[in-house]
Amino acid sequence: MAQNQASVAPMGKGKKSKVVRYNRWGYIFLIPFIAVFLVFNLIPLISTFYNSFFENYMAQLNHVGPNFVGFQNYKTLFADGKIWQYAGNTAIMWVMGFIPQIIVSLLLAQWFSDTRLKLKGSTFFKTVIYMPNLIMASAFSLLFFALFSDGGPINDLLMKMHILDEPFKFFSSKWATRSLVAAMNFLMWFGNTTILLMAGIMGIDVSLYEAAEVDGANSWQRFTRITLPLLKPILIYVMITSLIGGIQMFDVPQILTNGTGNPTDSTMTLIMYLNKHLYSKNYGMGGAISVVLFLLTGALSLLVYNIMYRKKDKEA
Amino acid sequence: MSEPIGEIKKSTSTHARRVIAYIVLIILSILCLFWFYILLIYSTRSNGEIQKGITFIPSTHFVENFKNLVNSSQPVFQGLRNSLIIACSSALLSTYFSTLTAYAIHVYDFKLKKFIFTFILMIMMVPTQVTVLGFIQLMTKMNLINNFIPLIVPTIAAPVTFYYLKQYMESALPLALIEAARIDGSGEIRTFNTIALPLMKPAIAVQAIFTFVSSWNNYFIPTFILKKEKMKTIPIIIAQLRSSDYLKFDMGQVYMMITLSIFPVIIVYLILSKHIVSGIAMGSVKG
Repeated sequence: MAQNQASVAPMGKGKKSKVVRYNRWGYIFLIPFIAVFLVFNLIPLISTFYNSFFENYMAQLNHVGPNFVGFQNYKTLFADGKIWQYAGNTAIMWVMGFIPQIIVSLLLAQWFSDTRLKLKGSTFFKTVIYMPNLIMASAFSLLFFALFSDGGPINDLLMKMHILDEPFKFFSSKWATRSLVAAMNFLMWFGNTTILLMAGIMGIDVSLYEAAEVDGANSWQRFTRITLPLLKPILIYVMITSLIGGIQMFDVPQILTNGTGNPTDSTMTLIMYLNKHLYSKNYGMGGAISVVLFLLTGALSLLVYNIMYRKKDKEA
Repeated sequence: MSEPIGEIKKSTSTHARRVIAYIVLIILSILCLFWFYILLIYSTRSNGEIQKGITFIPSTHFVENFKNLVNSSQPVFQGLRNSLIIACSSALLSTYFSTLTAYAIHVYDFKLKKFIFTFILMIMMVPTQVTVLGFIQLMTKMNLINNFIPLIVPTIAAPVTFYYLKQYMESALPLALIEAARIDGSGEIRTFNTIALPLMKPAIAVQAIFTFVSSWNNYFIPTFILKKEKMKTIPIIIAQLRSSDYLKFDMGQVYMMITLSIFPVIIVYLILSKHIVSGIAMGSVKG
């Protein structure tokens, strides 16, 4: 026994050092990722934080700063109230797109994964509903602006169908413009959400449904009592990732309103506000907005991380 | 007696649900396709025809609009070329190095492995917009304004692509295979290039498409990096068109330009859609 152990020990040692020699490559292969992350993400993040504590902008042709001003930029940001208004706009347009998105996606995911329905052509439908997700948002917005313009095809169609007597000015109406932004977000994302939720539903044990059926549950009961509760983690994941995406809302309202957020600032989003400051080279205020958005999205990301991975770690 | 009635009832309710499902799906499909159909129709119409009002029948000016656009002052084809260069390079670099990163975490055992993996998962969701200010300043200092590098190289550190490939690797790349390659005397870099990469092809293809598309569509950051007219990508040119009073332009050309920026992606998607649609769900939520 003792002899055995003695003979094993050196071999184990030899193997271990060989493994360590190989494992060194783990670090080497991580170099590109880490180097790129440091240069293009971490340093910019730190300098964005740093910028937020300085007064640094262009007044006409004079460059003011950079002067250290502490938290003054943050005070200015929250004092003039615009950020609340823009956060409100972003939230409203996100909710207007997200509510129909989650309802439609749940419905479609349930149908696609229901073997009893035996839907034909489901591959075709999935292909079609996912397609808008790949469209260039700026080109899609330019298209919508052209189609919904005062003398554009949609107005013409609505008048020919006698729904309207005269052109409706979509881009002069606050709620029409917001609705268009929300509708485009809905179109671009409901296919993606459907496919994610479908993967979740497919993961639910079929025997649960069979048992429920034996007990006489109808399809609505099976949906509300089995599918929804078991889908909860994925629903929360979809909601938070969509919220993070919503905070980043930019291309669609920017191109649709030509960066003005018109009518009367009602479609100006947080990133459009940031874009405005960056464009006018007000780096102090731009930095402060960036930091606020970073903290907001960072907190939400942690939430996603906790829901999706922490639990799995514990189980493992 | 009650059982057959129950069966019939059940089958009629299933039948009714199926009909409703088809109706909803058809309406949603029309809602998705309508815009692209109109776009395609309008790109075949001359400006004069477009002013006359809506139609759903294609006209005959497709080639003419294309030719007019080639000869116009809009640098559309330069933009398409720039976008293509950036998107292709990004897709190539991003997938190669993301596979390498996933390989490092999957194959090797080292002290910081768990920490790095957790860290990458945590930064996965943080949007690039929040660091763009520091990014622009750094690129200005590094003299990389009007250069494609700031739009290509950062895609090497792509946490989402990494995570997807890591998930795929767990089922597609058995460690025994790497062990066997080592015994045959293959170096670590060679093992990665000749054994791991080919096995990862399906997942790499899916991620290459996603990286290509997001780079092709990217608008926010390139506006701050590409200032020179001949460096601009297609989304920037579209934004410029929007800020000019373009509804007074030749609308045939405008629709043609939107068509050219949207349809290459749609065509690639339709060819590969089977892999893409089944690929989306795989990496993201299987937790």
